[in-house]
Amino acid sequence: MKARIFVTLKPSILDPQGQTITDALHTLGYGTVQNVRQGKYFELEVDATTIQQATTLADEVADKLLANPVIESYRVEVDDQGLAAGSQRSRS
Amino acid sequence: MKFAVVVFPGSNCDHDAYYAIKHVIGQEAAFVWHKATDLGDADVVVLPGGFSYGDYLRSGAIARFSPIMARVAEFAAAGGPVIGICNGFQVLLEAGLLPGGMRRNGRVKFICEHVCLRVEQVDTPFTRHAMVGQVLRVPIAHGDGNYYADPDTIRALEANRQIVFRYTAPDGARDDTWNVNGSTAAIAGICNDARNVVGLMPHPERACEAAVGSIDGRVILESVVAELADRGVAEVN
Repeated sequence: MKARIFVTLKPSILDPQGQTITDALHTLGYGTVQNVRQGKYFELEVDATTIQQATTLADEVADKLLANPVIESYRVEVDDQGLAAGSQRSRS
Repeated sequence: MKFAVVVFPGSNCDHDAYYAIKHVIGQEAAFVWHKATDLGDADVVVLPGGFSYGDYLRSGAIARFSPIMARVAEFAAAGGPVIGICNGFQVLLEAGLLPGGMRRNGRVKFICEHVCLRVEQVDTPFTRHAMVGQVLRVPIAHGDGNYYADPDTIRALEANRQIVFRYTAPDGARDDTWNVNGSTAAIAGICNDARNVVGLMPHPERACEAAVGSIDGRVILESVVAELADRGVAEVN
């Protein structure tokens, strides 16, 4: 089963890198782009029998290591074989 | 007095700390590899600067799971003095031994320069020989030193007097232009509730001899020597 974890700075926290990227896009003429938020993306192969089990595990590793809950929030997506159907959940 | 200097893969200020302890302050220093499962008979623990695990994932995020960190947590819980410098501070934050977290510097640049550091609290083992309001000139060298804690945590840090160092102007005035990395409340260093664990981004160990431009960092090491002497630990010499 595959889990995807998206980690970003919490919305309340200024993202200096995202701001710099926003400014660069404006310099390139993309004036309609606002508020770029940079984050991290993880793909995990998980040995689990149910989507629920894989989601619980992905949540746990995101909480413990992949995200720092003080400054970051994360979102977990799990599916088997990369199909669109699956489970999604977020935590901030 | 024995200082344990913890060495993570990627630590690069471990030798600076060792040199300052051994050759400037004249106390015993020993490197302790991060995979060690005991701190020996250390009286004080130093988590040095550097780029543990290449700063992969987040600065300090992986080092905090090193086997030695369980012993450091026990040592801290028993009241032992622990100081985290730069990456060592980041490790203490990731380990939850100090509150808050680090963001990329506000100007998105690695900053390597001397800063002015105002001492806010002197009732920690690492500042007891300093004076409140004293301004220390000490170097920084970091990309992720932009301290963050949520407003409730900042209020608690203020109320409990846990903000130990702030970035200020040379005369000690609060001024955002001197808060070089954009830290919340200009915080450069904090201590835990029990005051025995201190973390700071600047490098006092690199400001211990006139030859390197400043001796202002010495007071941090001299303070803990005095603290240990009060606790009955014998000094070398």
